[in-house]
Amino acid sequence: MIPAGMTDTASSATPRLRLSGITKAYPSVVANQGIDLAVLPGEIHAVLGENGAGKSTLMKIIYGVVQADEGTIFWEGREVAIASPADARRLGIGMVFQHFSLFETLTVGENIALALEADRAGAELPARIREVSTRYGLPLDPLRPVYSLSAGERQRVEIVRCLLQDPRLLIMDEPTSVLTPQAVDKLFETLRQLATEGCSILYISHKLDEIRSLCHKATVLRTGQVTGECDPRGETSSSLARMMIGSDLPHARHRDAHVGEPTLVVRNLTLPAEDPFGTSLKEIDLCVRAGEIVGIAGVSGNGQNELMAALSGERTLQDSHTVTILGTAAGRLDAAQRRAMGLAFVPEDRLGRGAVPEMSLADNALLTAHRKGMVRHGFIREGVTRHYAAATIAAFGIKASGADAVAQSLSGGNLQKFIVGREMRQRPKVLIAAQPTWGVDVGAAAQIRQALLDLRDSGVAILVVSEELDELFEICDGLAVIARGRLSEVKRLRETSVEEIGMLMSGALVQAAGC
Amino acid sequence: MLKLEPRPEPSRVAGWLSPLLAAAATVVVGFILFTILGKDPWLAFHAFFIKPLATQYGVGELLLKATPLMLIAVGLAAGYRANVWNIGAEGQLTMGAIFGGGIALYFQESASPLLLPAMLLAGVAGGMLWAAIPAFLRTRFNANEILTSLMLVYVATLTLSLLVHGAWRDPEGFNFPQSRMFGDAALLPILVPETRLNVGLPLALAVVAMAWLFMRRSLAGFQMRVAGLAPAAAIYAGISSRRTIWLGMLIGGACAGLAGIGEVAGPLGQLLPSASPGYGFAAIIVAFVGRLHPPGIVLASLLMSLLYLGGESAQVNLALPSAVTGLFQGTLLFFLLAADVFIHYSLRVARVPVRSTRLPGLR
Repeated sequence: MIPAGMTDTASSATPRLRLSGITKAYPSVVANQGIDLAVLPGEIHAVLGENGAGKSTLMKIIYGVVQADEGTIFWEGREVAIASPADARRLGIGMVFQHFSLFETLTVGENIALALEADRAGAELPARIREVSTRYGLPLDPLRPVYSLSAGERQRVEIVRCLLQDPRLLIMDEPTSVLTPQAVDKLFETLRQLATEGCSILYISHKLDEIRSLCHKATVLRTGQVTGECDPRGETSSSLARMMIGSDLPHARHRDAHVGEPTLVVRNLTLPAEDPFGTSLKEIDLCVRAGEIVGIAGVSGNGQNELMAALSGERTLQDSHTVTILGTAAGRLDAAQRRAMGLAFVPEDRLGRGAVPEMSLADNALLTAHRKGMVRHGFIREGVTRHYAAATIAAFGIKASGADAVAQSLSGGNLQKFIVGREMRQRPKVLIAAQPTWGVDVGAAAQIRQALLDLRDSGVAILVVSEELDELFEICDGLAVIARGRLSEVKRLRETSVEEIGMLMSGALVQAAGC
Repeated sequence: MLKLEPRPEPSRVAGWLSPLLAAAATVVVGFILFTILGKDPWLAFHAFFIKPLATQYGVGELLLKATPLMLIAVGLAAGYRANVWNIGAEGQLTMGAIFGGGIALYFQESASPLLLPAMLLAGVAGGMLWAAIPAFLRTRFNANEILTSLMLVYVATLTLSLLVHGAWRDPEGFNFPQSRMFGDAALLPILVPETRLNVGLPLALAVVAMAWLFMRRSLAGFQMRVAGLAPAAAIYAGISSRRTIWLGMLIGGACAGLAGIGEVAGPLGQLLPSASPGYGFAAIIVAFVGRLHPPGIVLASLLMSLLYLGGESAQVNLALPSAVTGLFQGTLLFFLLAADVFIHYSLRVARVPVRSTRLPGLR
């Protein structure tokens, strides 16, 4: 085990990990270029950057998932080659991924045993799991099956799995994206304790306030290069943002809402889950009026996907009156029929659902916007289609070679902008957007939020589902929380707080009616 | 170490080069194969690819055999693009032959100009009916259409066999299992004298053009392609999967049925225990060698037809066993399909990562 009692800044010490001139190129992009980085023992070191800045590639190089084209890695002063994650683990590097890699049907203990080397996965493992998990304030029952765990608990499994291997460097990739605010506080306590004991932590995030409160040092990446280093405790969020995106953070203009008629109404929606690990929806009531944005907060996996499918018509309902669009019962209508009524929908998954990866942007415009004069006598009017795609590209400043660009050739953020733009430009009466800025860089996210607000001001009823509480508080007029398939009442924004929403996200619900 | 890396975008150059690469590889393998068998490889290639095309009659035969292949393949391709796996074109072809042939036998004495169109329509209807069964089973009970359409092939061929051995057997046919010869009004007119080539070819080409127009330019065709490429996107956009399955099966059935009546009203001129030498199955290969693209399918059907004729010619002229000609044909088709991998992947020489054997920090 790591000797306890090391202080957090041993500036004279040899860096635990030092990278020198790391470069990695992919066929279409240089992901990392000449990156230097040093992490001291007991240091919580933030790697800060927008999506696509090269953070993930760098972490994969350190963890041995990919190999750098050039550059050297020093581990405690010695040059090493890390050819695989097994090599990395042997050195003492542990990684907690953004997306969990757990087997749903196995227990916590079995999942952990799978990752350990044979001599460590013996009969005493459950006792060791309990010991380590309580010592770091991460209570876990080794005998519980993983499917019964919340996202926060799953993350604990991943962290404990790393801790059992006595890591001397722990890599955390966007660890808070699935946690409630309260769970984030707990996680930070654990990380601080680990650092005090001498474990170094590489903390990847784009959430500026988290980095300011947690990290001792920050390295900022932009387009694959190091653009700055700082002590985040002495910086402001806007100064960090300037280092990260090279300009000031745009702020959305939020005018008062002029609320109209109830436009999207859900009454007593109960829907059993389709797959065994899905979430059943229970007695959901919701009302979105014209000219307002209602947000749904919640930790992912609490019924958001099921609710979106039921509202968009991807899954049709038994009772027609559970979903009403513009006063018409729509529960039994399919997605095409609901779109014909004026519904537009931005789904969570871009490639393969919101867009066909192999098709051009013009064809992807046709996918949902074909009612906008793109078809005559059953045949496609290519001029109209291409024009629509080109206009969307221009209006949203999308980086694409044109209407003929294949959807999968766009970066995630640009494709997201295209899908958002395609849906918005259909002049819907109701817009449903799931994670509208997920994976989008800060500048583009601000642009999408502003576009949502502008659409609201033109009298559209908008429902936004997001895991980013900051985003919901920035753009919404009302906020509801989904937890374990139940939806709370819609709180007016000025009558609630991050703390209250956080409480609701953890499942303490007050059920109330919609309109 | 050689490594296949996905290309960011499909390569157009590789799209044109891959058939050439396949041809070169086939020549190499064929050269070895024929040399081992003690035949002059150049004579074998000549027998396979040149001799069948040396006469006008030969070219007519080439086009005659290519006609049902392109017709069926273009219908199947519409379904395959939408992930509707109709494997039973042979059965739908047979049903088309039975329905259309039944009309010809019933109106044996008729000289009406409407007889032939009626037969063609009945053939289309027969193929569609046979394809409707797997479509219904799939949409109603989620039964796999690969299995149901394939099994219905045997039902269809046995039904035809039953008819020509029984009810429809030619009373003056010395007990041979075959129907009466069709009347002149029930036969497709010959296109080029001294050959067996009939108006089925321009008909098939027209169908290919229509299919191309449907898949490329119509909203329904577009939606079928979406359903094939990204099923979740199809559900998201509200494209009905039931309609996709029905359309995919019925288009394939209609084309196969038309090919079936084209065979019995063309080169056969009567109903025999079998309506085709396996065109319905060969068309599956034609569809994929043609990359599910109508113009590609036309070229692939010509190639397949040439391989049929070349195989016969090689057996006759060089006394090659039929297994060897089959092997050679398979080699070419295999290389054609395999070479298409370079459209989406590029070949790279990858550096072998250096593995450090002495790792510090081992505990």
